Amino acid sequence: MELHPDDLKRIARLARIAVSDAELAPLQSQLNGIFGLIDELQAVDTKGLEPLAHPLDVVQHLPQRLRDDKITELDQREANMANAPASENGLFLVPKVLE
Amino acid sequence: MSAKKGIPTGWEVVIGLETHTQLSTASKIFSGSSIAFGAEPNTQASAIDLALPGTLPVLNKAAVECAIKFGLAVNGGDDRHIAPRSVFARKNYFYPDLPKGYQISQFELPVVTGGSVTINVDGVEKVIRLTRAHLEEDAGKSVHGYVAEGYVEDGYAEEPAHGQSGIDLNRAGVPLLEIVSEPDMRSAEEAVAYAKALHGIVTWIGICDGNMQEGSFRCDANVSVRKFGDEKLGTRAEIKNVNSFRFLEKAINYEIRRQIELIEDGGKVVQETRLYDAERDETRSMRSKEDAMDYRYFPDPDLLPVEISRDWVEEVCAAMPELPETAAARLVAEDGITIVEARLITQSQAFVRYYENLREYSGSAKRSARWMLGEISAFLNREQLEIDDPEVPSESVVGTIIASEAAQEISKTVAREQFQALCDKTEADIQALTKIIEKHELRQAWIRYIESKGLKQVSNAGAIEKMIDDVIAANPKSVEEYKAGKEKALNALFGQVMKASNKTANPAQVTEILKRKLAS
Repeated sequence: MELHPDDLKRIARLARIAVSDAELAPLQSQLNGIFGLIDELQAVDTKGLEPLAHPLDVVQHLPQRLRDDKITELDQREANMANAPASENGLFLVPKVLE
Repeated sequence: MSAKKGIPTGWEVVIGLETHTQLSTASKIFSGSSIAFGAEPNTQASAIDLALPGTLPVLNKAAVECAIKFGLAVNGGDDRHIAPRSVFARKNYFYPDLPKGYQISQFELPVVTGGSVTINVDGVEKVIRLTRAHLEEDAGKSVHGYVAEGYVEDGYAEEPAHGQSGIDLNRAGVPLLEIVSEPDMRSAEEAVAYAKALHGIVTWIGICDGNMQEGSFRCDANVSVRKFGDEKLGTRAEIKNVNSFRFLEKAINYEIRRQIELIEDGGKVVQETRLYDAERDETRSMRSKEDAMDYRYFPDPDLLPVEISRDWVEEVCAAMPELPETAAARLVAEDGITIVEARLITQSQAFVRYYENLREYSGSAKRSARWMLGEISAFLNREQLEIDDPEVPSESVVGTIIASEAAQEISKTVAREQFQALCDKTEADIQALTKIIEKHELRQAWIRYIESKGLKQVSNAGAIEKMIDDVIAANPKSVEEYKAGKEKALNALFGQVMKASNKTANPAQVTEILKRKLAS
């Protein structure tokens, strides 16, 4: 598989990354290099193997730990708001989103 | 093919529903924040919910248990539809109310696969298949137009970039079970029937409070149309933002009309998300799904696969309440009521509880069923009450009235009126009586009451004859008309007798004696 400039633009848009036209060509060759590695991986015969949902499974079989349904987090609004660039009336402010 | 309401001949409508049910846990799905509704903004948003660096999600056991319960409920208790191992995945998209830049959901291995829900439209049963049900977290809320836009007066009103949106992350991380149906519905009516049946199930098993206004039960409908007989499905549009059953029906019907008109005019339906606007009763394009569809799912490395042991499933199964379908079948078998009555009674657990108490106090299952679906339902609808509301008269008193009606101590009319007085709290006497009845000796207290009020049904033939004689004497014109063959005149005379008896005369006896006397 090989990425074309149009694929690249689309991926960049989905990831909300601004890529200038000048950056496109080098990025394309870098990403295609990675695709080369993936092609190598995909050449390995995995017949009969279950897909690995988590790398830890290779080391040790561990299921997800579950937590009891208890309220352990108390109101931290003031501390959290202190990190925000803008806030008002207990709301975080962000550039206007329309939809 | 039978014609379906609102669908032009020659067209077939295909509908599938995606329903987000908010799970009735105390804390969020991946953090220990409360999910209580209506809290001050951002007071229930922890570092995990805010996606601060270094935090990790830890799965709430109760949320998984809710999914197991649902899987059992829609599969008649069969545990094969509950995945022994399921995986959480990241669904990537950008929106300010989603701080991580992805929503933790499930993709390839959901907790529940398969299942079905039975619906009934105009007496015809239909099975709607379920594709899957998976666990996920909710996003936060964006509050538009709430924050003052200080730039408006400076002439920048046309520049939306100067305005700002407020973000409340209390809802971020609230546990949801997304239930996906197969595209098995063929009309808006069927879609609503399915949504109602599903609502009945999730509230019955107690995994969701079902509150649609607060967004605990939200439906998205995938709607497409095709020429009847076509194999291939038409392009679908997804309708979002529907927060009541009534709007669901209207939104789908609008969408059906829109798509058919579009195609008939030579146009093409595009795959997109449309928002329903209840005020204008129309759907509007929200965004083309072309891009948004690519969520680039992948297994979330922050979470290990979830393992659900058969022992756990069995444990949950043992603690499950009797399911509505089973309860309905039991009531039909035990009480000899009809399946239609039983379905209506099993609309909620509270409804069944009320009915079962009523049955005990009244001593008559059939009468209790009729009252539940007649007088009592009418009262609930009129007053917009739920059956377990404290405003609803208690089963003991209503049951006593029904028992009295069954024993022919009072007429049906009096029974209804007394129930009404009980509901309206108009008669001080009956309110006082309620107190006595609720304490003890129900029947005796009730009989003393109806006797003292002159409400007791008169079945004494002598007394009724006397009343009839008086009425005949006072209404010679009606008597003549009846004798001349005008059947309707009998009704007038009957009405007079009932009036004279203050509605307490046994109606069957009145008719019989009246006819006999007039025939002589």
